[in-house]
Amino acid sequence: MAHLLRRATFGPTADEVDAAERAGPAATLDNLLTPARTDRGAAATPPPVLAADPYAELTGESTREQRQQANAERRKQVQQVTAWWLDRMVAAEDGLTEKLLFFWHGHWATSVQKVKSARMMQGQLETLRRHGRGPLRPLVAAMVRDPALIVWLDGQKNTRKAPNENLARELMELFTLGIGTYTEADVKAGARALTGWVVDRRTGAARFEARRHDPGEKTILGQSGRFDAEAYAGLLAAQPAATTFVAGRLWFRYAGNDVPAPQGLAGPDTIATLRAIFSSPAFAQTRGTLVKQPVEWLVGALRQLGIRPSALPEQQHKQLLAGLNALDQVPLRPPSVGGWPAGAAWLTTSSLQARLRTAEMLAAATAPAVLARLTAAPTAGRPDALARLLVVDGWSARTRAALTPLAGEPRKLLAAGLVSPEYTVS
Amino acid sequence: MDTQTRRRFLLTSGVVGAGALAAGAGAYRLRDLLDTAGDRDPQARTLVLVTLYGGNDGLNTVIPYGDPAYRAARPELAYPDGEVRRLDDGFGLNPALAGLHQRWSAGGLAIVRGVGYPKPDRSHFRSMDIWHTAQPDRPGNTGWLGRWLDQAGGDPRLAVSFEPALPPLLAGERSAGAAVPVSDRKATKGLPAETLTALAAAEAGESAARGRAAACFADLRSVDEMIREVRDSADPATADPDGEQAPATATGGARTPLDAQLDLVAQCVEAGVSTRAFSVSLGGFDTHADEKQLQAVLLGQLDRALTGFADRMSRTEAGRKVVVAVYSEFGRRVRANASDGTDHGTASDLLLLGAGVRGGWHGDAPSLTDLDDGDLKYTTDFRDVYATLLEQVLGTDPGPVLADWKGRVDGLF
Repeated sequence: MAHLLRRATFGPTADEVDAAERAGPAATLDNLLTPARTDRGAAATPPPVLAADPYAELTGESTREQRQQANAERRKQVQQVTAWWLDRMVAAEDGLTEKLLFFWHGHWATSVQKVKSARMMQGQLETLRRHGRGPLRPLVAAMVRDPALIVWLDGQKNTRKAPNENLARELMELFTLGIGTYTEADVKAGARALTGWVVDRRTGAARFEARRHDPGEKTILGQSGRFDAEAYAGLLAAQPAATTFVAGRLWFRYAGNDVPAPQGLAGPDTIATLRAIFSSPAFAQTRGTLVKQPVEWLVGALRQLGIRPSALPEQQHKQLLAGLNALDQVPLRPPSVGGWPAGAAWLTTSSLQARLRTAEMLAAATAPAVLARLTAAPTAGRPDALARLLVVDGWSARTRAALTPLAGEPRKLLAAGLVSPEYTVS
Repeated sequence: MDTQTRRRFLLTSGVVGAGALAAGAGAYRLRDLLDTAGDRDPQARTLVLVTLYGGNDGLNTVIPYGDPAYRAARPELAYPDGEVRRLDDGFGLNPALAGLHQRWSAGGLAIVRGVGYPKPDRSHFRSMDIWHTAQPDRPGNTGWLGRWLDQAGGDPRLAVSFEPALPPLLAGERSAGAAVPVSDRKATKGLPAETLTALAAAEAGESAARGRAAACFADLRSVDEMIREVRDSADPATADPDGEQAPATATGGARTPLDAQLDLVAQCVEAGVSTRAFSVSLGGFDTHADEKQLQAVLLGQLDRALTGFADRMSRTEAGRKVVVAVYSEFGRRVRANASDGTDHGTASDLLLLGAGVRGGWHGDAPSLTDLDDGDLKYTTDFRDVYATLLEQVLGTDPGPVLADWKGRVDGLF
């Protein structure tokens, strides 16, 4: 049960595991996949309402100072959205939906570094949230018209006269079909289908300009027709390769790489696929093998230690985001359109140093009430109390030997637990 | 096509076959290794591999300005004769490459022409996998320098990258290179050394990933010691908190400026550390539109970083043993795409400078008119270059690393 909760959400608390134990496996899975009650935590953390895009006011005549000010304002907006999202991940009760949103963000990996608009990034997150639980077709159809994605992959430069293949290629290679299931000719024809979409920076919306669109006949994946963006998205989503590919990506992130994905995981929608993943016997075998991504590691720890990022003093809040930066996983800033790495790539000497620093900061910020759960146990029992607090199934002899001498110093004990192999790899 | 392998390698990346993970779990223990700085053979050369992520447009880097087909194929994107930095009557360097142009004149820059591989793949990721693994038919999950590291004994300090996640090329079958942070962060005071030592112990029956997590504690000690010895008190890279210095890129590359990475390489080389191969990178070459200015900015960064590094290296005995090689996963199509950019292409030139490198042209320039579906036909297999570097720089038999590849670039050293 703890295994399911650790993977399906960002990191369960001991109380959540207890509640799941009482409810039983079937009801727990149902509650995770389709929560009955509204999410009070999400309701209490509404997305920020951003001011107008600071770039929209700029013209060719704008002064250097005006440009610098617009840049500073934009950076502030990006920080606002990043901080909000982190806070939402911690606050949400519907942990499955929040983690799924992070999955899709890494799947359609779009970085604000090139998009340079907090509003467009926020809009993309809303789109992913709206369609992320459902079937593939509406999701793909919405994403080929998503302003942030269009800017990220040069869609606005893709015109009838000058097709630009970037978006069409990544759409098939990384987002829907996987490499090897289409040809270079499909990329060229797909790019033509996507022509005509431009982004209006003032409104942050995408708009179709018919004169830029190539309305001619195209042959994509063996099908001929006058494909436009929507029809092309529909064609891709209908490919068996697409559902299999996306199910494989979900397996990769939720179950890992050690155990191959079983056949037949793909369901009619994402929630059905997740149900198949979590119900599969192979899923149970993946326990203790999946390296937590830095955001998963951090958000899980924040939840278990009762720390709300938005409630931290400014200095500590900055340290938190600096920690993610040092760990090389800042939301809204994936390193490339291929998304973040996985597995042992996160287990480097460099990332360990960053984890050590962040763990100390987390231990220092832990509420006294949570700390009391550790100190309530007799000294000899504190490593076990720590395992319960951090929802670790148990310590190896190695880690127990490392923790035992720290039992008298609860904050150090906490920090050591957070960097332990058992906690880092779930 | 083996999608899973590719994705596994790309995203799991950094590392590593199951074998290497298992090795991390205890086959070697770094804290038991002495600092090898003194053991280094003073005659041994050092390789610095510079990866340009995103597919650098080779035809606007080493420009075939003497060929009418160049200007005909990309009228807007082509550099006029007057702007090109002449190498000879047919070719010249991008105007942004002033420093490299000087090196060429002094005989210190080698250009290997038309480097590529059979059946070129136009996906950034797939093609980069191929360059990292040196396995064009079916990229596996070990990198070519990682396999060299396996042969060389597996000490991660021999192959170092200054990027937070390990590049696939440094992942071996049984071992992996070390990823070392560029900015000097304070050593951890909080947890006692005994705790970190205890957490480094291998645990029987544990998953490979947990074994790797424990091994990091051991690696941390040895790598940390090595780097601490060489680092100036000044922080070489005061990282921009927003990461906004680096140009935005959709295809990866280090966020730390190239010059800061090379600065740390220089410090390590001058201190005589045991590292034989350094991996550094520059990203942002994934331009498809308005390419000319963007590429010029990046090439300018590359030029300043490389020439600054090469000048510094020429001043010490250890530095004069360093060889720098620069490559990208592919070049671009000969013809412009009319949003003033070029789409993904194939073969491109590879640049080399440093110890014993014989400056000038190597290999044959691909034809601009005899094309393979709009793309250049490669003339030199990239494994010829790798094999030559393994033999001449790392002093190893390339056979076990490159599946008995026989080709070499003759006369490169």
